[in-house]
Amino acid sequence: MESAIIIEKSIFIFTIFAITMLAAMYSTWAERKVAAWLQDRIGPNRAGPLGLLQPLADGMKLFSKEEFLPNTPNKFLFVVGPAISMSVALMTSAVIPWGDKLVIGGHEVILQATDIDVSILYVFGVLSVGVYGIMIGGWASNNKFSLMSAMRASSQMISYEVAMGLSLIALLMMSGTLSLKEISEQQAGMNWNVFYQPLGFIIFLVCSFAETNRTPFDLAECEAELIGGYHTEYSSMRMGFYLFAEYASMFISSTILSVLYFGGYNYPGMGWAIEHWGVNAGNLIGVAVLFIKICAFIFFFMWVRWTIPRFRYDQLMRLGWQGLIPLAIANIVITGLVMVRHELAAALGF
Amino acid sequence: MSTVLLIFCILSAITLSTAFLTIFSKQPIHSAIYLVLCFFSVAGHYLLFNAQFLAVVHIIVYSGAIMILFLFTVMLMNLNKEDEVHKPRVTRLAAGIIFILTSLVLLAIFIQTKPIVGPYDDTGVDYQSIKVLGQVLLNEYMVPFEFASILLLVAMIGAVLLSKREKTEKN
Repeated sequence: MESAIIIEKSIFIFTIFAITMLAAMYSTWAERKVAAWLQDRIGPNRAGPLGLLQPLADGMKLFSKEEFLPNTPNKFLFVVGPAISMSVALMTSAVIPWGDKLVIGGHEVILQATDIDVSILYVFGVLSVGVYGIMIGGWASNNKFSLMSAMRASSQMISYEVAMGLSLIALLMMSGTLSLKEISEQQAGMNWNVFYQPLGFIIFLVCSFAETNRTPFDLAECEAELIGGYHTEYSSMRMGFYLFAEYASMFISSTILSVLYFGGYNYPGMGWAIEHWGVNAGNLIGVAVLFIKICAFIFFFMWVRWTIPRFRYDQLMRLGWQGLIPLAIANIVITGLVMVRHELAAALGF
Repeated sequence: MSTVLLIFCILSAITLSTAFLTIFSKQPIHSAIYLVLCFFSVAGHYLLFNAQFLAVVHIIVYSGAIMILFLFTVMLMNLNKEDEVHKPRVTRLAAGIIFILTSLVLLAIFIQTKPIVGPYDDTGVDYQSIKVLGQVLLNEYMVPFEFASILLLVAMIGAVLLSKREKTEKN
C-alpha cells in the first residue's frame, strides 16, 4: 500500500514536472508569437511549422554555448544562484490541485501531489525563498551592475510580497481555509472568488506581475540602465536557467491566479458532466478547463508586456507601499464588515 | 534504525554544522548563507513534529524576510577582513559568560518541562491544524497574543518614523 502511493505520487510529480517544463518552453515561443502579432510581424517561422521547434533550437544553442565564469571569488555561489531560481520556480506546483480525482480500476487517484493544511502559506514560503536565487547570483557575479539590479529585483519582490499577502487575507477570511483544494471546491459552479473579491484579485494580479519580474515591473533587467540585469555575467545554460525560471514562475502564477480567483478546475455544469459522462470524463474536462484558464492568464501576461511601458523605480516603490498596501488593508476591512453585517445590524438595532 | 530517527540525525548534523560554520566562516556573506541553511534545517525539525504551520511560518519569517534583509545589509556594506573591529578581551569574556548562563537557563527549562504528549494524544484533536491553533491562540492565550501584536505595531511605527526624512530647515 505504502509503495503503491509512492509510485503513484512519483508518476504524478514527474508528469507535473514535465508539463511545467513544457509550458515554460512553449511560453518562450508564445511570447515571441504574441509580440510579433501585436507588432504586426510574423515572429519565429524558420524552425518547424509555425516556428514550433524554435524553443528546442534555443535550448540546443544555450547548451552548446561556452560556459563563461567571471573572475569572482565565489564560484560556488555563482553556480548555485540559477539553480535556486529554477528549483524554486518548480517547487510551488506540488500543492496545486490540477483536478478533482480520477477512478482507475476502482482506485481513486487525486490529481494533486500533496494536499497539506497550509498550502497557501507553502506557496508564500517558496516565493519568499525565490529572492535568494537572484540575490546570490547577482552578488556572486562580482559586478556592480549585477549587484545593483539584484538589489532592485529583490527589494521589488519583498515589497510586493507584502501587498500580495495582505490581498490574500481577505480571500482567506471568506474561505476560512488555507488549503488550495478546499478553496477550489468552494468555488464550484460559477461561485468564483473573483466576483466576491474583485479588488483583492486586482491587487493580487499586479503583485504577481511584480513577483515574476515581468513588464511593467521588469526593472531588474532594464537594458538601457543596467545592461542585462542580475544575469549580466551569466552565459550558456546558467543564463538559460534564469530566463527559464521566469517563464516557469509565470506559468505557476497563472495557475495560482486561476485556482484562487477563477474557480480552478471547476466549470459550469461539472456535476451534470460527472453524472452523465462518468467521473473520469467530467474531471478530465476540469483539468482541461484549468489549463485553458492558465493559458488565458499567460496570454494576459504577454499582452501586458507588449502594451505597457516600464515603471520608473520610485514609481514602482510608491505604487507598492503607498498604493497597493493601503488598498489591500481597506479590502480586508471591507470584507470583514460585509461578513459581520448581520451581527452589526442587529447590534445597532436595525 | 527507523526512518524518522535517520532523518532526525541527518537534519541535526546539518543544523549543527551550519550553525558552527555561521560563526567560524571568515566571509560575512557566507555566514549569512549558512545561517539560512540552518533555519531551513530547523524548519525540517518542525516538520518532523508534524508542525506544518510552524515550519512554513518559520521559513517565511526567518529565511524569507529577516535573512534577506541581513544579506542586503551585508552585501551593501561590503565587509572585508581588514575592516573587522578588534574586540577587547573583556567583551570576549562577557560573551563567553553570557553563553554559559544562557545554556544553563535552557538546560533548566528542558529538564523542568513536563512533556504533555499523552493527554493531547488522547483528546483526538489535531493540534497541528491551523483551526485548532487559531482557537487556542485567541481563546486561551488572547492577552499575550494581543500584547505581541501591539509590540509589533510599535516596532513598525518606530521603523516608519526612523526612515522618514527629517525636515530640513529652510534658510
